[in-house]
Amino acid sequence: MQMAELAPERELPDERGHFGPYGGVFVAETLIGALDELKTQYARYRDDPEFVAEFEYELEHYVGRPSPVYHAERWSRELGGAQIWLKREDLNHTGAHKINNCIGQALLARRLGKRRVIAETGAGQHGVATATVAARFGMECIVYMGSEDIRRQAQNVYRMNLLGAKVVPVESGSKTLKDALNEAMRDWVTNVDSTFYIIGTVAGPHPYPMMVRDFQSVIGRECLTQMPEDAGRQPDYVIACVGGGSNAMGIFHPYVPYADVKLVGVEAAGEGLATGHHAASLCAGRPGVLHGNRTYLLQDADGQIIETHSVSAGLDYPGVGPEHAWLKDSGRAQYVAITDDEALAAFHACCRIEGIIPALESSHALAYATKLAPTLPREAILLVNLSGRGDKDMATVAERDAAKKATA
Amino acid sequence: MNRIDATFARQRAAGRTVLIPYVTAGDPSLAATDEILDALTRAGADVIEVGVPFSDPMADGPVIQRASERALAQHVGLHHVLDLVARFRKRNATTPIVLMGYANPVEAMGATAFAERARTAGVDGVIIVDYPPEEAAAFAALLRERDIAPIFLIAPTTPAERMAKVAELGSGYVYYVSLKGVTGAGHLDPDAVAAKLREIREHVALPVGVGFGIRDAASAQAIARHADAVVIGSRIIAEIETGAPADAAVRAGAWLTTIRRALDTMAVKPTAAGARESIT
Repeated sequence: MQMAELAPERELPDERGHFGPYGGVFVAETLIGALDELKTQYARYRDDPEFVAEFEYELEHYVGRPSPVYHAERWSRELGGAQIWLKREDLNHTGAHKINNCIGQALLARRLGKRRVIAETGAGQHGVATATVAARFGMECIVYMGSEDIRRQAQNVYRMNLLGAKVVPVESGSKTLKDALNEAMRDWVTNVDSTFYIIGTVAGPHPYPMMVRDFQSVIGRECLTQMPEDAGRQPDYVIACVGGGSNAMGIFHPYVPYADVKLVGVEAAGEGLATGHHAASLCAGRPGVLHGNRTYLLQDADGQIIETHSVSAGLDYPGVGPEHAWLKDSGRAQYVAITDDEALAAFHACCRIEGIIPALESSHALAYATKLAPTLPREAILLVNLSGRGDKDMATVAERDAAKKATA
Repeated sequence: MNRIDATFARQRAAGRTVLIPYVTAGDPSLAATDEILDALTRAGADVIEVGVPFSDPMADGPVIQRASERALAQHVGLHHVLDLVARFRKRNATTPIVLMGYANPVEAMGATAFAERARTAGVDGVIIVDYPPEEAAAFAALLRERDIAPIFLIAPTTPAERMAKVAELGSGYVYYVSLKGVTGAGHLDPDAVAAKLREIREHVALPVGVGFGIRDAASAQAIARHADAVVIGSRIIAEIETGAPADAAVRAGAWLTTIRRALDTMAVKPTAAGARESIT
């Protein structure tokens, strides 16, 4: 495997947060000062040995890193093609990759002297991860969550409460993740002096997409070391699900300079792209401006953001991180979409064949791998980011299975 | 001369405060907004800010969010708002109209197409809340080429060097967001506003309008002592949404009349007039 010329992506974003035409700082004036401060402070700490050492210590001792790569041998044999390897982010504390980023941002918040953190959450995973680190570092924590999501994810709401966070229901708009993000922005604009906004994905105004990518890149960096040791070489494909895109960016980013490694992001096709009931902003959206950055968005002809659908709440977002928009346009990564039914089939297969209950989000990446593997020779290697575990999805899966039985 | 500049010059000469109400287009209906615009001008509005409904109004408080949702329920889009302005312009050739909204509807239409259609419709100024100067140089140029004022916000958190940037890119007036928070918030501090306005005037020669948090005659007067213009949005929307939609224009006009009277009973403004003279 040869190291390609240092790809231009390594240099991105530019000083003002642009990835080509995407990214940037599209926020109301009141927040510019806080974002400038964050940019300056992050630039100072990202290479500060003491900060990096503290981050790595927390990742090892609190999160449980490194997470292993695991050869899904039985499943690969059954599919009869490429070898599927799983990056086990599901084994992290709190059950997903989200905690990597929350640790990083909480350490930064502490250095900035902010004692109050806020977050938005959809399925509740980022909310739980934020509540967790807030408890760990003794900070006040407010989590904004759409009232519709609160209804769907009662267990995660309870977890956040146990961890001492206050969950605030959001009743505006579609009452889901995007509205929770709007409300978190409104809180931040009001309490900008005292408050650190822990954004959960590689979206939002600069420097968030870069910062969250950097914190999540630990995933891909570990793979770079683990794959040659455990699998004998780097993979041919790296596959990850994309909602906002933080787990994908985390595993893709270190692989971007490796030109022989194909990067595939898997979006949620919901009930099918043709039905309009999906959350595939890169596959079916147009560029626009939302939540502080320019990126691909699901929107109507008037530029209003439309409601999305996916069986997995974590992918149910009408935008996507701006670096993914850039990777798509530049051709460095490819983006595909997997339906609810395909994701559920992969979910069940992973449970039965590998003894691993994956998150429904990650099941989208698994589903694409199961489509791709049989088309490739046995020597080919697919590395799939198993970004989270599926304990949180029990109710959703049980409900769908019951409905299926009833109609059968 | 752009209608905005003419209006500020005229009111400055008369020692009066420019009164700028804000309403969301299509709330409670587009036809009602036609009537509301006329009622507001009759009530003494000097400039009217017309909100373009957006699905994700991040900088707005609950009142303007609800207005946006009511308009969107009727699928009111940017092209409807431009048609609304064109209709108004046929009835009224003097009152400036400033569109206020978010970036995405403009980007969906295309910035050049929007600027062109805005010019044809008779739009005088545009405020895009999530276009800070850093991201808006090309857009501001498109507007200025058509004699439409790009209007930018200045916040309590804006440092001096950014004020200069706003002054360089903007025209018409600058909109000072009087508090850290969303539209319609309730913690306005006139003394803090006065201090900040002194700082703004050191860097910005444009007239300064102050908005966010002005809710009655007293707060309007307190701000008018220091500002060239007062902007009132949420309070008028609240007037529109409480009561029968058919009488919304009457209620909005009646309420704004009380503010106009309160402003006009103040002494001739020494600060604004003095500051303006040194600049023009």
